[in-house]
Amino acid sequence: MKLVNPCPEALTDVPMTYCSGCGHGLAHRLVAEVLDELEVREKTVGVAPVGCAVFAYDYWNFDVTEAPHGRTPCVAAGIKRVLPDRVVFSYQGDGDLASIGMSEIVHTANRGENITVVFINNANYGMTGGQMAPTTPLGMKTSTTPLGRSTGEGHPIRVPELLNALEAPVYLDRQSLHDPAHVRKAKASLKRAFQIQIQGKGFTLVELLSACPANWGMTPVDAMKWVKEQMIKTFPLGVVRDKS
Amino acid sequence: MTRTLIKGNEVITEAAIAAGCRFYAGYPITPQNEITSSMARRMPEAGGTFIQAESEIAAINLCFGAALAGARVLTSTSSPGFSLMQEAVSYMAACEIPCVLVNVMRGGPGLGNIQPSQADYFQAVKGGGHGDYRCLVLAPATVEEAYNFTQLAFELAGKYRSPVILLADGLLGQLMEPVDLVPRPQAPSPDRSWILDGAKGREARLIRSLLMVDGELEIHNYHLAEKYRAMAKEVRFELDRQEDAELLVVAYGTSSRVAKAAVREARASGMKVDLLRPMTLWPFPSEAVRVAAQRAGRVLVVEMSMGQMVEDVRLAVEGSVPVEFFGRPGGAMPTPGEIRMAMDWVPGKKAKICADFQIEKNDIEIGTIPTSFKDVSKGRSA
Repeated sequence: MKLVNPCPEALTDVPMTYCSGCGHGLAHRLVAEVLDELEVREKTVGVAPVGCAVFAYDYWNFDVTEAPHGRTPCVAAGIKRVLPDRVVFSYQGDGDLASIGMSEIVHTANRGENITVVFINNANYGMTGGQMAPTTPLGMKTSTTPLGRSTGEGHPIRVPELLNALEAPVYLDRQSLHDPAHVRKAKASLKRAFQIQIQGKGFTLVELLSACPANWGMTPVDAMKWVKEQMIKTFPLGVVRDKS
Repeated sequence: MTRTLIKGNEVITEAAIAAGCRFYAGYPITPQNEITSSMARRMPEAGGTFIQAESEIAAINLCFGAALAGARVLTSTSSPGFSLMQEAVSYMAACEIPCVLVNVMRGGPGLGNIQPSQADYFQAVKGGGHGDYRCLVLAPATVEEAYNFTQLAFELAGKYRSPVILLADGLLGQLMEPVDLVPRPQAPSPDRSWILDGAKGREARLIRSLLMVDGELEIHNYHLAEKYRAMAKEVRFELDRQEDAELLVVAYGTSSRVAKAAVREARASGMKVDLLRPMTLWPFPSEAVRVAAQRAGRVLVVEMSMGQMVEDVRLAVEGSVPVEFFGRPGGAMPTPGEIRMAMDWVPGKKAKICADFQIEKNDIEIGTIPTSFKDVSKGRSA
């Protein structure tokens, strides 16, 4: 008997502690598959954020460091400058990247640091129990927007579009993890981003829309449906920039 | 031999490069800007990386990444920027990342001013960031010592895998003095068995401070505490002794230089005075302070603050002898004359110190002291 879909070498074969329907497990696996396919597992250093994905280092079978909340791209850039031939990426949630770390992501992108950023947008702060994130769509109820997010609480921030105002970034993309077809597209985008880094071309970022059923108060199936029918309206999918 | 007239700030750059530092990230702030600008010039010449970061927060986190990838790293700042760096200092202490941080102290609190100060002693010595940790703190008093201590800082950071702070001040940063730029023998390459450079032919490595398993964090704290205990042997100080001393003066960095002038004057007038200058503020030379204090019978601590190191001196002597304090805060410098007069304080009598003392002696140049300040000082010396 042959195992047709074995655990990637870059993934640790242990049960993940993420909630049912959470996108992090999928995204971790996609990163692992891509690194294996590019045969760079042994020269990769990942930077895990503060947030749900802080535990990413328990699931990846390559070198990983933690970073202070939001400073993730700085740590990644510091590593890459010292080890330019390694593959370095930061993996960040929406609070880490677009709220507390907004300054760091903008300036890291603006310097054209040759790193890849995997940006998980699940429209809320998962780890702390479902507060409003900078990416929470208008009208969405969270524990800190009990009546639904109003414009007075800020508009959802579209990160690839925002970074598209800068000269330096090479590749900016948004994909979704809500169904198998989109998962495959997401993987292709991640692979492209890592390839661009390996070619030494510069800063790449892939945003992945990801469900958070536990904090959205939905079943995993309804949460996927909500990504497809609602979230994509605020965050249109597709490549925002590719100047590779 | 290359005897060079050089600024304190610039000598730090030369020392870092001599010590094998090849990564610098910093953010402009006065009075340390010459470090950043000389690094911008010298780092590329030395084949290293210079990054002008978007903030002190970014600067130290760039250093965090570079250090865990195996580079010798340095960042520099002045007081307000040092506050911004404290989050990462805590992470680096927890993750055991070697890094050299320079704080060229200026007047505070808040934005303060750009004059020399020693008011960040607590922040450097007692923690600064969150959690149980310590940083080695070196306090140079001359430009030459800044050169030597910067190199020593790299040696100690690598040896203990820990952040090391070089605590200077605006005067030392701006002062030019002749220095023999002869590098110390470079420290042996520190242990690299922990760095992240890709898991080629080895198990994957992990650097983290989040330890959620029951008891794991407590054990890690015991491990760190053990390391901090081992750092006690790095204590350094200078003691200028006299036979039958009747007073011990304790001061570090720039204020120790002014105190030295006052001590010289006192000795010329027949007073027997010892001067003890801590060169490491953490570990603090508690034992040396205690022995010298008990021999002299009374202690005067001089700082460019309202009194921070004085607390460690008092802890060291454990109430065995009276300890008095003279300080000038807010970017002001004490004069030798002021210190000389503070030295005449006699235990048991009303302490003639600080502004209280200055107000009574109009012949001393002290500038304008607000009324509220007079009240405070009278209250505390009564």
